[in-house]
Amino acid sequence: MSAPASTTAAVRMTYREACKQAIRAAILADPRVFLMGEDVARYGGCYAVTKGLATELGEERIRDTPLSENGFVGAGIGAAIAGLRPIVEIMTVNFSLLALDQIVNSAATISHMSGGQFAVPLVIRMATGGGLQLAAQHSHSLEGLYAHIPGLRVLTPATVEDARHMLQPAIEDPNPVLIFEHVMLYNREGELDPSVTGVDIVSAKIRRPGRDVTLVAYGGMLFKTLEAAALLQVEGIEAEVIDLRVLRPLDMPTILGSVRRTRRVVIVDEGWRSGSLSAEIAARIAEEAFFELDAPIRRVCSREVPIPYAAHLEKAALPQAATIAATARTLVKGG
Amino acid sequence: MTDFRMPSLGADMEAGTLVEWLVRPGDRVKRGNVVAVVETQKGAIDIEIFNDGVVSELVVPVGGRVPVGTVLARLAGPVTEPAMAPPQAAPVTPPPIPAAPAAVAGRPHITPVARRLAGEHGIDLQRLTGTGPDNAITLADVQAAVSSVASGATPRRRAGFDPAAMRQAIAAAMTRSKREIPHYYLSQTIDVSNALARIERLNRERPPPERILPAALFLRAIALAVAKTPELNGFWEEGRFRPGDGVHIGWATALRGGGLLAPAIRDANHRSLEELMASMRDLVLRARGSGLRSSELSDPTITVTSLGDRGAETVFPIIYPPQVAMVGIGRIVTRPWVVNGAIEPRPVVTLTLAADHRASDGHRGGLLLVEIDRLLQEADTL
Amino acid sequence: MTEKVHLDHAHLRHLLTAMLRIRRFEEKCFELYQSEKIRGFMHLYDGEEAVSVGVIEALRPEDAIVATYREHGQALARGIGMNALMAELYGKQEGCCRGRGGSMHVFDRATRFYGGNAIVGGGLPLAVGSALGDKILGRNAITACFFGDGAVDEGSFHESMNLAALWKLPVLFVCENNLYAMGMALERAEAETRIAVKAAAYRVASEAVDGMNVVAVEVAAKRAIDEIRRASEPFLLECRTYRFRAHSMFDAQLYRSKAEIETWRAKDPVMQLRSWLEQTGLLHADEIDHIEGEIAAEVDAAVAFAEAGTWEPVEDLERFTTMDRVPQ
Repeated sequence: MSAPASTTAAVRMTYREACKQAIRAAILADPRVFLMGEDVARYGGCYAVTKGLATELGEERIRDTPLSENGFVGAGIGAAIAGLRPIVEIMTVNFSLLALDQIVNSAATISHMSGGQFAVPLVIRMATGGGLQLAAQHSHSLEGLYAHIPGLRVLTPATVEDARHMLQPAIEDPNPVLIFEHVMLYNREGELDPSVTGVDIVSAKIRRPGRDVTLVAYGGMLFKTLEAAALLQVEGIEAEVIDLRVLRPLDMPTILGSVRRTRRVVIVDEGWRSGSLSAEIAARIAEEAFFELDAPIRRVCSREVPIPYAAHLEKAALPQAATIAATARTLVKGG
Repeated sequence: MTDFRMPSLGADMEAGTLVEWLVRPGDRVKRGNVVAVVETQKGAIDIEIFNDGVVSELVVPVGGRVPVGTVLARLAGPVTEPAMAPPQAAPVTPPPIPAAPAAVAGRPHITPVARRLAGEHGIDLQRLTGTGPDNAITLADVQAAVSSVASGATPRRRAGFDPAAMRQAIAAAMTRSKREIPHYYLSQTIDVSNALARIERLNRERPPPERILPAALFLRAIALAVAKTPELNGFWEEGRFRPGDGVHIGWATALRGGGLLAPAIRDANHRSLEELMASMRDLVLRARGSGLRSSELSDPTITVTSLGDRGAETVFPIIYPPQVAMVGIGRIVTRPWVVNGAIEPRPVVTLTLAADHRASDGHRGGLLLVEIDRLLQEADTL
Repeated sequence: MTEKVHLDHAHLRHLLTAMLRIRRFEEKCFELYQSEKIRGFMHLYDGEEAVSVGVIEALRPEDAIVATYREHGQALARGIGMNALMAELYGKQEGCCRGRGGSMHVFDRATRFYGGNAIVGGGLPLAVGSALGDKILGRNAITACFFGDGAVDEGSFHESMNLAALWKLPVLFVCENNLYAMGMALERAEAETRIAVKAAAYRVASEAVDGMNVVAVEVAAKRAIDEIRRASEPFLLECRTYRFRAHSMFDAQLYRSKAEIETWRAKDPVMQLRSWLEQTGLLHADEIDHIEGEIAAEVDAAVAFAEAGTWEPVEDLERFTTMDRVPQ
């Protein structure tokens, strides 16, 4: 029933488990690393990512905080400047708005504003995205807002491999790095190849090659987009799917290279269309590859409403595979 | 004598109104004294003086509104004032925003890449019907027009075939090439006795329709050699070289009604001799029958032309822009050849390379021809 | 007076000199601002000198400082060179932050000076983090966090007081209560105007002190720091003070009366100390003149240094937006 045990056999695990292993390994590897956030220790994390870690590593390294997002994010910045390598967990991206001042006005500015005297080697993890019927104050995708800010690096691990391996280079980065974990991914299982011991936090990846149309996605939208590509394949349309992985700085060469091959592009973004990351990517494609395009740039984004509670309304508000496929189809087949 | 000027109290202050003088001519003032009150958009502010001295003249009367930097009063006495900036210029009125051009009624949608290709081939876009999103004229539509014009066939859903248009398209491309591309030329005459021997062995058991032509063997050698010289395989675009994403050889095919097409054999370096021969046959048939797929015309990363067994001995090709190289294969001829110190009659062929000097230098071009020669001497391994 | 503060001639001369340096430096800044040598927002410390001088006198070199946008006093008292500070105000690359920060954002790695923070209340969480880092790394250092009465209105004050108390962090919270948050009077902003009293809600020890008396501030700060080091807990020191000049350079001061300003001017910390020293004969007028002469020369040299400074090349605009490594 099971494959023979081998050190090189792929391991199957959830995204949640991969996040936990990454945190555990980082804390064990470096005494300067610790994690703090709301209910990360005794409760085990809102999404159970840190469950059991406080028992193993101690409550100094897995540190519960009061409900003071601005306070403990700022404390993370101060501790990073003082020589530590903090990982701050914010329960969801909606709550991160309470710490927006510290992230945007302090973490992102101090190295430039001080003329390079200080760096802020801080990692901030948070959950993002809709799909769990948590309604308008727990479901939004605001990572594009942070991707607007110079001085930050913004990561969106979608695969189990990225969930496991993006944290370490983020900690080693001398700059503030924000990691967005989509809530629909935590239970998702994937293969982890034990021979892969690290990933970059620089490049986008082509998750599925194709010649007819480029689909750009990230985070939770990656799997809906791959599903859309499978639908299109049945009709003879070969879609290339790009996983952005890094929202800031954007890996434009990978995106432009793909668009130059397929000449058609659909950008999938769980954020709202107006002033979104998808708008930025569309603008850059228009600026840098206009004469390569054989069709208008199209976007599939969330509907411009606060994400509602009722399941059918939430589903209607979020991008779905069928919509992505239909949008790509009009570019390839005309009409 | 020093000047006491309207101070700048903030970056957003352009002017102030003098509402009160607290000194009179003849008054002795000391650094730090409040000498005037100025009304600003934020309210009245006491203004200090930075010099010691005696007020000699009040220049601006109460009620006067003056720009920052304007002299308000003059002072007699010791001077240690830092240089003042000149009065700020009046804010520049921004140029009016031009109105958006009115939309042209009934203007067809043409995709950017389609427009570019049509320009390169001299295709009249007004005569095409779009098949893309919103009935836009797409790359495929223009490529189909290029190939249908070339083949002489009546295009599907399009205006009638114009034999002159093919000429026009070739004229546009070749003129652009000779105008823009600094060509350099190299040639190498190659002993092909081993190659022909291999072909003969291969063809011994084959019926005529399946026989391999020497051109296929040359093409295989060329494809393998091109894969080793990437600077000859790709495109010169927007002032820089963009390498091809594979070795896609455009196989120049003369059309019966006159004119020329060079559809692509994709990934030619990964195809066996038999596959290459099949591709060449298929392309020639379809090119002459107007059955080419649109992508086949835009894909080539380098073009090869063969004059065949009735052609000239040597050809000097003109590069098909935006490609950066083209290889020519002359006619196979028998010539005296020195082999191991003795003169022998040998079948030889002259290969030429035309290459874009912006993208590569002659040394690299030479390596390509030498490599092809080497491969053809070991024809049995091809 | 505790035995730790020695009111001898040398020390008192030092305190007076430190306050006079700030006063004279800023008088020159005021003039340079109006002649457009210095731009942006600039906030002068005139009247509050005793707070930074008194508190910083009690710090050790390994301690850290987080300050506000009204931080010229802290910068000079802490030992950031007057030349580097003036060049920073000029926006020259010889400035302590290469001219990127200006008046409101002074940073200095050598003295652990973490801003220069122009968000009211923004520095308090940073100070908590700095102290957390020192504690975890086993450094015997404290972080002095200066903030105004306006920051007490902000949530970050309350979050930071609680975090520092909860985690027993060595933070000296120094409230420079000058009675106005820009134009907002403390009594119109806070129901409880005794700021030191608020500390009790977080189980933080506190004291209010006359912020116009440099010796009183120094003594109180030393006592507070002794307590922080002894108990390994934070302390809130409320220094009651007053700014004589406008909030920033462009302020008609519609929110307070000239009479009120004059009342406070009578408590000028520099003049208070000076007259006391002269009356008691601890410092002669000649010696004070000598100090003034030295400071005037230092200010002139700083202006000359800033004038001779150079502009950072525009090609370097994006440099340090992100860092290649953590500076050691």
